Amino acid sequence: MSVFINKDTKVLVQGITGATALFHTTQMIEYGTKIVGGVTPGKGGTMVEGVPVFNTVKDAVEVTDANASVIYVPAPFAADAILEAVDAELDLVICITEHIPVLDMVKVKRYMEGKKTRLIGPNCPGVITPEECKIGIMPGYIHKKGHVGVVSRSGTLTYEAVHQLSQAGIGQSTAVGIGGDPVNGTDFIDTLKAFNEDEDTYAVIMIGEIGGTAEEEAARWVKANMTKPVVGFIGGRTAPPGKRMGHAGAIISGGKGTADEKISVLSECGIKVAPTPSDMGATLIEVLKEQSLYEKCKTHEVVTK
Amino acid sequence: MNIHEYQGKEILELNGVSVPKGKVAFTVEEAVRAAETLNSDVWVVKAQIHAGGRGKAGGVKVAKSLEEVQTYASDILGSTLVTHQTGPEGKLVKRLLIEEGCRIKKEYYVGFVVDRATSRIVLMASEEGGTEIEEIAEKYPEKIVKEVIDPVTGLTPFQARRVAFAINIPSKQVNKAVAFMTGLYKVFVDKDCSIAEINPLVLTEDGNIMALDAKLNFDSNALYRHKDIVAYRDLDEENEKELEASKYDLSYIALNGNIGCMVNGAGLAMATMDIVKHYGGEPANFLDVGGGATAEKVTEAFKIILSDSKVKGIFVNIFGGIMKCDVIATGIVEAAKQVSLHVPLVVRLEGTNVDLGKKILRESGVDIVAAESMADGAEKIVTLVEQGGN
Repeated sequence: MSVFINKDTKVLVQGITGATALFHTTQMIEYGTKIVGGVTPGKGGTMVEGVPVFNTVKDAVEVTDANASVIYVPAPFAADAILEAVDAELDLVICITEHIPVLDMVKVKRYMEGKKTRLIGPNCPGVITPEECKIGIMPGYIHKKGHVGVVSRSGTLTYEAVHQLSQAGIGQSTAVGIGGDPVNGTDFIDTLKAFNEDEDTYAVIMIGEIGGTAEEEAARWVKANMTKPVVGFIGGRTAPPGKRMGHAGAIISGGKGTADEKISVLSECGIKVAPTPSDMGATLIEVLKEQSLYEKCKTHEVVTK
Repeated sequence: MNIHEYQGKEILELNGVSVPKGKVAFTVEEAVRAAETLNSDVWVVKAQIHAGGRGKAGGVKVAKSLEEVQTYASDILGSTLVTHQTGPEGKLVKRLLIEEGCRIKKEYYVGFVVDRATSRIVLMASEEGGTEIEEIAEKYPEKIVKEVIDPVTGLTPFQARRVAFAINIPSKQVNKAVAFMTGLYKVFVDKDCSIAEINPLVLTEDGNIMALDAKLNFDSNALYRHKDIVAYRDLDEENEKELEASKYDLSYIALNGNIGCMVNGAGLAMATMDIVKHYGGEPANFLDVGGGATAEKVTEAFKIILSDSKVKGIFVNIFGGIMKCDVIATGIVEAAKQVSLHVPLVVRLEGTNVDLGKKILRESGVDIVAAESMADGAEKIVTLVEQGGN
C-alpha cells in the first residue's frame, strides 16, 4: 500500500513536448511509471518517447483510460491545464510548474470545489511511491521502498530527508511534495490523513518552512487525530522578516509564520522537531526506537561510507 | 513588486477610486510648482520611498504656505529616512508627493490580501485607522472585520455594505464607502495585487471618503501580463545585487554574515543558512540557483556572491534532482577560474550524476574542499572562515 499513487496509476503528461517535460517523461518511464499518454494542443496524433500525444486531456482519457496527470505547462497556461484535467475528472493532478500567478490559483481552487480531483502542487517536486511509481522531478534512485511517509513544502529539502532515511536503512511508503506556494491543492493535513489511513505507513516526517500557519494547523490535527508518530523539521530559522525566501509562500510577515513559533507549536503537539536539517533522519529513528517501530521500519542495510 | 504611494494613487484614480489631488516632484522647484497648481491652501509634502513609517521618521509634513512647501521639500529631498521598515541604513529620498491637504473627520483601515487559509481574497477593515494593522490586530482584534470573497461573484455590494456598517461609517457615507471598496477590489483583481492596503481611509469634513495613503504590492509571478505595472518599477529602491541576480533568474537575498551560500531549491537554501548558523557561522546571503541552472548561471551566482566584500568563504550545497551535479560542478570550476577565487570553497554535491560531478571537481585543479553531508560542509566552511580570520 501507499498513498495517492501506486503501480497501477496511469499517468498523462500535460505539456509533454516541452524540453523539461520530455526529460522527466523519460526518467519516469525508466523508473517504471505507467505513462500512458501526453497532451500538447496541436501535436495530437504524434508520438514522443513512445507515448501517444493528444490535443486535449479529454481525448487522452477516452483512449488511454488515464486516472492521473502531471503538468509541466509554462506558468501563464498552467492554471488552465489544471482546470482541463479537473474537467476530465482525473483522480489526481500533480502540477510541477512554478510561478503561477496566485489569483489564477484562487480561481482554480474555487473551480475544484465539489469536484473529485485531488490536486498536488503547484510548484512541487511531485509524488513518489518507491519502486512503484514516480510522478514528478525527484531523483528516483535515492528512494527505497518502506514504511515512512514523507510530506514537505520544499523540493530539495525533501530529497535531503529521503536521502538521510535511505542511508540509515529506512525506506519510504510515499514521499509527497505539496509545494511552496501560498495557495495550493493538497495540504499537510490531507496528506497526514492519507498516511494515517495507509496500513503500510508506520511513521511520518513532515517538513515545513517559514510563512503561513499550515504547519501549526497540521500539528493540531496530528495531536487530535494521528495514531502514528510524526517528526518534523522547519526550515528558515535564520530567515529575516519581510524577505521572501524563494518560495512564494516563504515569508515572515507581521511577526507571523516564524520558525520558532512553528517549532513550539509542533513540540506542544507531540511532534519531535529535528534541531538541524542534518538531523531529520536521526530524529525520526530516535522516535521509531522509542515507539519500538525501528525494526519494523528498517528495510535495508545501513549505508556505510 | 512594490511601487510608490503616488503611483498607487495614480492607479486608483484611473480606476475611479477616490484619492486626494496630488503630483509627484523630483526637485524642490517641481514641488513648489506642483503646490501652485493644486488649488489648495494646505499641502502635504510626502517622501516617496518603498517603506512604511515615513511619518514618524519625519518624511511627511503639512505645509501652510508655498514657502513652507519649499522648506519641507528641500529638507526631505535628498535626506535619508530611517523607519522601522528601512533597516538602520535608511533610504535616500529622491521623489516627493505633493498633495492637497484635507480636513479629516475620521480615519479607517481597509485592505485586501490573499488569505492562505481560505485560498480566497479577504477584505479586512477597521475603524481604528492610522495605526499599523498588526497593532490593531493585537490591541483590538474585535475591531477588525473580515469578508471572504468568492472569486465567482467578486466583492458583492452587500458584503461591502456589511463592512461599512461594521466599522461605523456614517449611514450617509456608506454608499461612497461601498463604491470605494468595490473599486479597490477591482484594482486588486485586475492588476494582480498581492496586497492593497489603504491606511488610513479617511472621512473628510465635507463628507468624502478617500485614500490618504495607498500601499499596493503586486504578484511578481503575474507581472508578465501587466506591462503598465512593470513600468512603475523604481530600480533605485531595489538592492543592486538582488537586481543583478534576478536577471539570471537567481533568487538572491543579501544578509549580514560572511559565509556565501549557493544552494538549489528555496527550502534547502533556507535550511543551509540554518545549519551554517548552527555551527556558529553567519550566512552572507540566501541564494537559490533554481531547478534549471546552467553552468553560466552558476558562474553568475558565484560572481554575485563574491561581489559582496564581506564574504570570507563559500558553501555550495546542491541536491540535484532536475539539476545535474556534473552541470553544477562544471559551473563551479568555470566560475572559480574566472573570478580567481581567493576564499575557501566547500562543496557538497548529492543527487543526479553525483559521481561525475565529484570527479569534475577533483580533477579541476581548483582548491575545493569536498563535504560528505550538509552538516559536514557547514562545519568545514565555518572552521575555514574562522581560521582565515585569525
